Amino acid sequence: MTDHVVIVGGGTGGTVLANNLANRLEPELDAGDVRVTLVNDDPDHVYKPVWLYVPFGQREPADGRRALDELVDDAIDLTIDRVSDIDTESQRLQFEGRTPSVDYDYLVLATGSTLEPDQIPGLAEGGHDYYSESGATALRDELLTFTEGELVLSVIGSPHMCPAAPLEFVFMADDWFRERGLREDVDITYTYPIQRVHGNPHIAEWARPIMEERDIQVETFFNADAVDPEAETITSMEGTELDFDLLVGIPPHGGVDLVESVGLGDDGWVDVDKHTLEAEAAEHVYALGDTADTGVPNAGSVAHYQAGVVGQRLASEIRGRPPTATYDGKTLCFIETGMDAASFVEFDYENPPSPAPPSEKLHWSKLAYNESYWLTARGLL
Amino acid sequence: MTTIEPDETVDARGAACPGPLMDLIGKVRSVDSGDVVRLLSDTDQSHTDVPEWVEEAGNELVAVEELDDYTAFYVEKA
Repeated sequence: MTDHVVIVGGGTGGTVLANNLANRLEPELDAGDVRVTLVNDDPDHVYKPVWLYVPFGQREPADGRRALDELVDDAIDLTIDRVSDIDTESQRLQFEGRTPSVDYDYLVLATGSTLEPDQIPGLAEGGHDYYSESGATALRDELLTFTEGELVLSVIGSPHMCPAAPLEFVFMADDWFRERGLREDVDITYTYPIQRVHGNPHIAEWARPIMEERDIQVETFFNADAVDPEAETITSMEGTELDFDLLVGIPPHGGVDLVESVGLGDDGWVDVDKHTLEAEAAEHVYALGDTADTGVPNAGSVAHYQAGVVGQRLASEIRGRPPTATYDGKTLCFIETGMDAASFVEFDYENPPSPAPPSEKLHWSKLAYNESYWLTARGLL
Repeated sequence: MTTIEPDETVDARGAACPGPLMDLIGKVRSVDSGDVVRLLSDTDQSHTDVPEWVEEAGNELVAVEELDDYTAFYVEKA
């Protein structure tokens, strides 16, 4: 009998897991005892961290795209289609396209985050973002010609992908305008939904004085309620109104609707055991990356480490051994603090982050990792 | 024990800070004025950040109920 593992989602988590299993289960795959299928609704894999640099004219969206069939081991079956239904009782998937329904023995959901700007009236028309290819290029077109006025970055949705990226954007923008002699003509304001500048209190405590030093205005307890694209204002649930000439909004995020409709969790996030990553509402189902509701950041490093854990657990289960690998909350992030300097944090469920002093070396480390990411996707790094 | 009947409940037990407050804000965003949202949280930080945000946003914290190993916060949307 052949065990069939189906991974839904070809982002960082799904792709790293597919290649991890190709390596880990090579004898079983060769013998036909195991099949691994990776399902994605796009033939390309997209590496989203590239988008932070697009508005500043430093990278192109194409730098973050590669064909999945070039990244994924030949031992993996690749299906380009979109899953339309999951029956966790009969362990069967249906597809929107022409792919026939598929039975699974083990299912891994790595469907990631989607943007939901329409939750905030006026945001799609009046705001820009760098959390999508189209958003990053549209923002680039505005930012490259922006020489004076009010630049507002508003963190609207939480959780959102890459919690460090809003801080990085305002730090980079500050430095970028300063280097070009425009900073005195550009006001930068950063808004955050809670009483500090970042969800993690240790990172917030580190970032706030840097913002003060660099004259980045801060509005906390600011939960955007509506954007008026004509008047160029953004108002909050708390009653604050800000004028802007250029609004960069981190839109509300959600997971895929399917997760909620099949009863695996709310808002598209799968309820999981935060150590084993097993779904709470169904047998033989795992979730990883943004999709797994673990409370850790929605970050590529998290998906990468979780993929290693799920890979080990699946291999143990397939070989009839008790799975023992667990996820400890490990998260790793570089944080750009300008155009030529970055910090770095590493933390887990038990140990809080302690941001490293910003340096040029860490900035180059970040850029070097972004280049070598393709080795991570291949399961090599 | 409170007799207030919430219109919506957000169960954020097990979520680390700032999850419970963000979950509360998200729910308050989606309900109508006058509705009561009940937040269940087992994070100590909620005792300070929930009242702080409720006041900032002009809503009302109508009851706080201490239960076995968690707290229920009842917030009425202005």
